[in-house]
Amino acid sequence: MTQKNIVEIENLSFGYDNRMLHKDINMVFPRGKVTAIMGGSGCGKTTILRLIGGQIKPKAGQVSVDGKIVHKQDRQGIYELRRKMGMLFQHGALFTDLSVFDNVAFPIREHTKLPESMIRDLVLMKLNAVGLRGAHKLMSTELSGGMARRVALARAIALDPDIIMYDEPFAGLDPISMAVICDLIRTLNDALGATSIIVTHDVEEAFSFADYIYFIADGIVAAEGTPKELSKSRLPFVHQFVHGEKDGPVPFHYNAPSYKKDIYESV
Amino acid sequence: MNPIFKILSSLGNQVTSRIWRLGSAARFFFLILIYSGESFRRIHLTIREIYFTGVMSLIIIIVSAFFVGMVLGLQGYYTLQKYGSSESIGVLVALALLRELGPVVTALLFAGRAGTAITAEIGLMKATEQLSAMEMMAVSPIARIIGPRFWAGVISMPILASIFSMVGVMGGYLVAVPIIGVDHGAFWSQMNVNVDFRFDVINGLIKSVVFGVACTIIALYEGFDAPPTAEGVSRATTRTVVTSSLTVLGLDFILTSFMIAH
Repeated sequence: MTQKNIVEIENLSFGYDNRMLHKDINMVFPRGKVTAIMGGSGCGKTTILRLIGGQIKPKAGQVSVDGKIVHKQDRQGIYELRRKMGMLFQHGALFTDLSVFDNVAFPIREHTKLPESMIRDLVLMKLNAVGLRGAHKLMSTELSGGMARRVALARAIALDPDIIMYDEPFAGLDPISMAVICDLIRTLNDALGATSIIVTHDVEEAFSFADYIYFIADGIVAAEGTPKELSKSRLPFVHQFVHGEKDGPVPFHYNAPSYKKDIYESV
Repeated sequence: MNPIFKILSSLGNQVTSRIWRLGSAARFFFLILIYSGESFRRIHLTIREIYFTGVMSLIIIIVSAFFVGMVLGLQGYYTLQKYGSSESIGVLVALALLRELGPVVTALLFAGRAGTAITAEIGLMKATEQLSAMEMMAVSPIARIIGPRFWAGVISMPILASIFSMVGVMGGYLVAVPIIGVDHGAFWSQMNVNVDFRFDVINGLIKSVVFGVACTIIALYEGFDAPPTAEGVSRATTRTVVTSSLTVLGLDFILTSFMIAH
């Protein structure tokens, strides 16, 4: 039976050495929906994607994808799960020694035995979906940031994945590229019947296309809801984040001893 | 803390971290061997890497070998003529190159030319998340990226060392015969009689294969283990040259002592 939620995170705790990044987190990602994970820089948003992809193991709790507990899978099992996923990395992570065409063809060539003529059709179709069919002969190093992100997106959807994960898809993009990516996330999700998980801190964009949003702060899910619910939220953290206020529950100053003490100690 | 304890604990830390790295590199080496089947299935990648590591190193190997051979010819003649055996110059040049200089100098040049390129490339691939992206596409970077580079290094090194020795002998010949005037026939015939195929040529080749494994593993491991920052990659590249050079010289002593004892 197909489960309602394609990804489920239950009581997840994760950290490096003694610093805990996530404490007892619970999240669900329903099929066919676009879910955003938001929070300040360094709060462990990207780590959640890496946990879903099985690149790291949780300290406690579990992440299940399509009913299978990720960290209990062997290498083969994890690779099988990953074939159902496509991931767009923060800066695209295109292979610099390959052309745009070969980058998109890479997962198809690795995982299928399709004839080259069919691979060509598929690649051009994927590139057309992101508006870059005309750039298929360029080398990946010749692309602008926004174009590289779109090619990486075409590569991520090359095998029609069930889950598409986006790691900061808007970071460092100009407004036009941002709007294009924004539109592509929603369009591709609906056209492919996929489930999208987006890690971002861009409030306006996330609120414009996400079906559901999780806010992470201090290692826990600080707030969750639809964009409509969250924009009306009176929670101090959500208010500070959504309105971009410099001080609030997230302080402007990094934890430090008193200013006076620091000044006198240095003399 | 007592300063002596401080020194001892820092020394202990250094030793354990070095041993840990050695263990981790050994594990990395075994992983490459385990994934070799997958690497060889993509043989075109290995051939491409042989071009980058082997063929592109040819110029530096040939030019260096020529000069090393010429210097050997000059130095050898200068010493041998004192004992009236300047005809043995061919043997001296050939033995020095086949037994020691060919494998060792090739390995040192290889570490500087190809090793650094491998470390920087893998380190940057890691820093730009290309390796993570490959992992997420359910493709093992060890099989797809590391394996072909490893086998390319191992295959290239003995060929480069052989070319080095061959060109070196030519350099020695050029100085000894046309310039100094040693007899052409004596140069080649003495070499023919006194160079043993099993003891000199094969042993030299064994050395170069061992150096090839060592230099390539060090370069790959340093790149794979480099912190994904500009500073991390630059430090890793430096460590590749230093570690490879010292390892080659150390291994050369060990191998030579085994070969001579045998």
